[in-house]
Amino acid sequence: MRITRAEVEHVGRLARLALSDEELDSLTGEMDAILDYVEQLKTLDTEGIVPTAHAVPMENAFRADEVKPGFTPEQALSNAPDAAESAFRVRRVIE
Amino acid sequence: MTQRYETVIGLEVHAQLTTKTKIFCGCSTEFGQTPNSQTCPVCLALPGALPVLNQKAVELAIRTGLAINCQIAPRSIFARKNYFYPDLPKGYQISQFELPVCGHGWLDIDLENGERKRIGITRAHMEEDAGKLVHGDTPETSGNSLVDLNRACTPLLEIVSEPDMRSANEAIAYLKKLHQIVVYLDVCDGNLEEGSFRCDANISVRPYGQEELGTRAELKNINSFRFIKQAIEYEVERQIDLIEGGGKVVQETRLFDSNTGMTRSMRGKEDAHDYRYFPDPDLVPLVISPEWIEEVRATLPELPEAKRTRFVEELGLTAYDAEVLAADRELADYFDACVALAKDAKSCANWIMGDILRKLKETDSTIADTPVSPALLTGLLARIADNTISGKMAKTVFEKMWQNGQTADQIIDKEGLKQVTDTGAIESLVDEVIAANPNQVAEYLGGKDKLIGFFVGKVMQASQGKANPGMVNQLLKKKLQGGS
Repeated sequence: MRITRAEVEHVGRLARLALSDEELDSLTGEMDAILDYVEQLKTLDTEGIVPTAHAVPMENAFRADEVKPGFTPEQALSNAPDAAESAFRVRRVIE
Repeated sequence: MTQRYETVIGLEVHAQLTTKTKIFCGCSTEFGQTPNSQTCPVCLALPGALPVLNQKAVELAIRTGLAINCQIAPRSIFARKNYFYPDLPKGYQISQFELPVCGHGWLDIDLENGERKRIGITRAHMEEDAGKLVHGDTPETSGNSLVDLNRACTPLLEIVSEPDMRSANEAIAYLKKLHQIVVYLDVCDGNLEEGSFRCDANISVRPYGQEELGTRAELKNINSFRFIKQAIEYEVERQIDLIEGGGKVVQETRLFDSNTGMTRSMRGKEDAHDYRYFPDPDLVPLVISPEWIEEVRATLPELPEAKRTRFVEELGLTAYDAEVLAADRELADYFDACVALAKDAKSCANWIMGDILRKLKETDSTIADTPVSPALLTGLLARIADNTISGKMAKTVFEKMWQNGQTADQIIDKEGLKQVTDTGAIESLVDEVIAANPNQVAEYLGGKDKLIGFFVGKVMQASQGKANPGMVNQLLKKKLQGGS
């Protein structure tokens, strides 16, 4: 096994996924298979090859520093489950 | 007890870059606007919206990197830092991880004992800011937090130092120096209160002689230099007490409470460090050519340290004067403009540091607002130099100048302040004063030398302050002696 059930559970929690026992079992198997495949890839000789950061061979897509019109607060909040005082309202976050 | 432990401090500074728009979208970065009035699909993380890098932000990052002696990376990439928090709409922050835009650099700080110390800079990377959380305090919002995403996606440069500082004072010296540089460079407005320049401090202690670093605590977002010093000092004491008492420092994030002067644990970071960084597929690699770097380098202003050296070595100022004048870029530019007009750097420095700074303080304004331009000030200095007015009279002229913006010549003419340097005119005043005060003359001649001040005062009064005091003094002594 390349990944444990506990690790899958931990990653699931980080992603805020509520995984059932069955899902944990099947995901552990699937992720293990993926890591197996990655292990195969690791046998290739990649000496001197720059790690790929992007699939498209392209660089420096820039925009100029110019203000573009955006949303009004009403538009920005139109999908908000809850709003007050021109802001998204959420449960109190304790700091 | 404290002496047995060495303090180790590393600092992370988040400097908000002075772009007009956000790092990945065209929304304004202006501070203090209606909540959520500066948002768009990109910074609200609406499905399908794609970030596009603001070129100006890159330029400002290069500019900063060069000034703090960093290697500018020929190729850097953006990464996603994954975590959940209500102020982070995407569920990840776009940052840089493996290949930051600025690599290793350094800053020299001046210690209290006059020595210099080099503080290493590990890296500086670009990232987007999160939104702002306000804890509701109205009946409608108490028990809630309110999220304002105007700040979300604002460009930051996070400058990470090596753990090279050994005291709160060294940390403050480093921060002040870095602050001065970013403000000089115009890459950050440096406003601590508005959060444009934020500091996190990583603090640990270890027994002297121990190589290995102690477990560190991270102090978050402290918004004044004074509080940073207090927070570090408190934290060092807390850790030493803990260790001495047989306990252990736990790695955690702590908040400083400026009301109590204490730090307190913010949240266990057991999960928090598991950010699962990976390259952001929405952003292509950033490639910075040597030509671009040189182009930016050519626009760097003279930095405070170079200015101080020039003020001392070329203009003959004292180290203290040079320090005060170079501390603020606009003040230094003002001084340079005066020196270009007046040549006499020392008297320019004296007037700026004395009267100009005093007036600025009284009127709570900055040098940019001064009604006395370099041309006006040096015009005044010229009239002192050529004896048209006395130094004392110059103060009066300066006050008028500050009020009405007129030239020294206009004020001197209008107010009739021209100094009397005509020997004959002064001589007759001296004669009058001597004749009118026979008792004092007798006492003076009897050995009460101090009375010369009395006579000078009388003559100056009779001339309505216009007589040249040096000449008055000279003539009085001569006449008084001569009369004996």
